[in-house]
Formats: sequence, structure tokens, C-alpha cells
Amino acid sequence: MTIKGKAYIAGIYEHPTRHAPDKSTAQLHAEVARGAIEDAGISKDDIDAYFCAGDAPGGAWPMVDYLGLNTKKLRHVDSTETGGCSYIIHLGHAAEAIAAGKCSIALITLAGKPRTGAMPPRAAGAEADFESAYGATTHNAYGMCAMRHMHDYGTTSEQLAWIKVAASHHAQYNPHAMLKDVVTVEDVLNSPMISDPLHRMDCCVVSDGGGALIVTTPEIAKSLKKPLVRLIGHGEAMKGPRGGKDLDLTYSAGIWSGPRAFEEAGITPKDIKYASIYDSFTITVLMQLEDLGFCKKGEGGKFVADGNLISGVGKLPFNTDGGGLCSNHPVNRGGMTKILEAVRQLRGEAHPKVQVKNCDLAIAHGTGGLLGVRHAASTAILERV
Amino acid sequence: MVDAKKYPAPVTNPETAAFWDAAKESKFMIKRCTACGEAHYFPRSICPFCYSDKTVWEEASGEGTIYTWSLMRKSPTGPYAIGYVTLKEGPSVQTNFVDCDLEKLKIGQKVKVVFKPTDGAPLPFFTPA
Repeated sequence: MTIKGKAYIAGIYEHPTRHAPDKSTAQLHAEVARGAIEDAGISKDDIDAYFCAGDAPGGAWPMVDYLGLNTKKLRHVDSTETGGCSYIIHLGHAAEAIAAGKCSIALITLAGKPRTGAMPPRAAGAEADFESAYGATTHNAYGMCAMRHMHDYGTTSEQLAWIKVAASHHAQYNPHAMLKDVVTVEDVLNSPMISDPLHRMDCCVVSDGGGALIVTTPEIAKSLKKPLVRLIGHGEAMKGPRGGKDLDLTYSAGIWSGPRAFEEAGITPKDIKYASIYDSFTITVLMQLEDLGFCKKGEGGKFVADGNLISGVGKLPFNTDGGGLCSNHPVNRGGMTKILEAVRQLRGEAHPKVQVKNCDLAIAHGTGGLLGVRHAASTAILERV
Repeated sequence: MVDAKKYPAPVTNPETAAFWDAAKESKFMIKRCTACGEAHYFPRSICPFCYSDKTVWEEASGEGTIYTWSLMRKSPTGPYAIGYVTLKEGPSVQTNFVDCDLEKLKIGQKVKVVFKPTDGAPLPFFTPA
């Protein structure tokens, strides 16, 4: 049993807003849902599956009601919550449900407003008494990974900076990007230290906004008007300190989710024409590229240097919308926008300045939670048909 | 400064109460499984490696080395350094480094446990040995 080719992404929508103090979070979910439904050219009442994560106010049942989904037809729901990569996991789960005949048109939404106001805290885990007082945040949890990666492999701040430089080259063409200025390695190194060894420009933006997907069967997708993009491989995985045994913060759960996805797709990293890689921080990208097999462990620094991730310049164009580092990071969760830009590339709908020629195979990969503490990862391999 | 920081009191629960009782006597406890021999942290009743319930409390030396660290330059309560310490007994533990120059921390540096008060049981931290 495989999901290879069993599900197509028929509709996508990214909210253009980056700051939405005048809207409710539920409203943003409805706006992105409507956008994806219109992009696909389907009717809201045809949707028979709904997927959402922790950003959906109240969870699945209040959202299904608020969104006015057709409850006579709705027969599959999934509120898997794995932080920023939730939506990549949802995509795989939607494909599984479609392959099993449990649904035929799935809606996945993400939306929220962390730029307008603080997000509600996550429920405490069993570790809370032994960790919460130490103030693990995204910045320092990823800083701890970067510090150890530098120690073990000689990775440098200059190499990490190239990831931001590449993102900024792409963001200049995205009218919605929060940071449109092209930056240099020196700019990144001269930006203030936030949590050693990560500078401000090693960090992604904080933005309001959201995005949505419509996932459907091959038959329905072929009856619609959009270019055909299908899921051919998917993987998901989790990693944590495991009781403190053999702690190694230089790799992520992507080391497991990636090979699972590539094996299912029957391709290798060399076949990938475009990569959407979650860029919560520059170190996130570097570690994921290694873990997914684009280069050997420890060689990520060399791989990303000298513009290798810039579309039209390097060997692996990445995050051509500007990514989380420059464009947006709705709800502090980058998984959705990673899928959206990968679909745009496969459809040929990316900005002409960054569109990858003959882009037929793309990867969308994300992590969720804290890379330096405990996290999830998910990998999707997408093909233009 | 970081040492004046007010730390939250542990909530504690039946599974971990013995850890916090020992902390009141400045003892840093880990759990060891008598079935597979592995030590772990934070403490669980069921061994996370072999799933035996034959886990026992063991007082750790409180000595270890810095596995990694990161200095958070700004926060509402001032700068602080978070990191992991690999204990002599094996497990690595998440912590903050205190009572030292936070800019001079080094991976591999030897550290030892110190307890800081809260409104409840004291919390373990690490400082250069």
C-alpha cells in the first residue's frame, strides 16, 4: 500500500496579509479556505474532509461549524498537531484517507495572528517541571543546535548567513514579502546577536496570515482546470532527548522522514528541481538539507555557501517566495507556506525571476516544535504530471 | 541579573515527588532501570528504554560537561544561558548555567549542580566546576 500518485493538490491559497489586527483568527481561516476553494474551482459543499492543527480556534468541530462545511457530506477529520510541520503531515494523512476511500476532497487550513498578539501557550508535557524554568524558546533551542553543529563540523556563521542571503534574493520579487531588501553575508553577521550563535538575520520573521490546500483524487483533479500536481512520497517522524541518552542535536527527525518519502516516491535528492525547506532559522535549513540527503552530514555549510540555494545561480533553488526568513511565517508555523511555494513552482506560477525551468519534482519539508528539545518533521515529495 | 531571577515552583506529581524531596536536601537524583541498567533523566516510573517498571532513584554526582549552550541576549528577566549538561552517569539534562560569566561558556567545560530556591522545591542549575 502506498499513497504514491493517489492524491493531487488541486487548490492553494496564501493569505496576502502579514499583519491583521482588524481580523479574527477564525476569519483568516475562512478567508484562506475560500481562497483555496476558488483556486481549485470546486464548491465548498463538495468538501468531505477537514484538517486543522493547534492554530484553529477550538479545534476541528468548532472550525467545521464556523466554516459552514457540509456536515451531511463531511466524513473525515484530522486535527494532528505537530507544530509548524502539521500541514505537511496533514497532506500525507489526506492522501492516506483518499487512497483508502475515506474521503475525496480534503480542506487543510492554517491561520493566526502572532504579530498582533501573543499566541496561547501549548499545554504542558510530562517534562514541564524539569524544563520550563530554563526558558527554552525557539531562538535558543535552535541556537543550541547551531552551537553544537559548529563544534562538531566546523560550520560557520558565514555559511549560515548564505541561507538568509539566498532567501533575500528571492524575496525581492515577492510583493507581499515583509523583508524585500537583498542582504549580504556581512549584513547578517553585523545584525545583533539574539541567542548565540544566531544573529537577528538568522531568524525568521513573525507574521500574521495563513494558507490553505485542497487535496483530492486523481479523477477529480483531472476534471478541474489547474495544472496537475500530485503527492508521490511522504514521511513523518519525531525526535526528542529520549531520557537524555546519546543526545545529538546535530540531526533532526528529518533523517527519518526524508528517506521514507524518497523511498515511497522512488527518487533521490539528486532528482529534486526545487526545495521548500522550513527556515525558522538558518540552522534549520542547513540541518534539514543534510538530513534529507542533499549533502553529507556536516557538509551543509559548504553546500549552502556561495549562493548554491539561489534560483538561477545555484544547484538547489530553495524557498523562492523568500520563505520564513524574508516573506512570512504565519502563526509561527512554516509548513503550509512550504507546500504552497512548491506547488507554485510545479505549476509554473512562481515569480518569473525565480521560476525553476522545467520544474517537475519538488520537495516540501518542515519541522515542528523545538529542534533542540523535541520536535516532529515531515517530508512531502510532489510531482507535476 | 540572572541570579535575582524568580523561578517558578515545580508543580510536582506522584511520579516525580521523590526528586523534589531530595532537591530540598540539595541532592540531584536520576532514575536507573535495574532491568537494563540504563540511567535516564527526567525521571519516569517506566524505563523509556526497556519499558521495565524496575526503576530506582539514584543520587547523581551532580558533575558533568557542557554538551551545548546558547546565550539568550535579551529577555524580560535579563540574559540567560540555556544548555544541556551530560552527567557523569550518562544522561544529558536541560538546564541553565548560573553564577559565572555567561559569555565564556565552552562546550566540553566541566560543570556541577547548584540548587536555586523557588516558592516550592529548589530547582537544579549548573555552574563551572
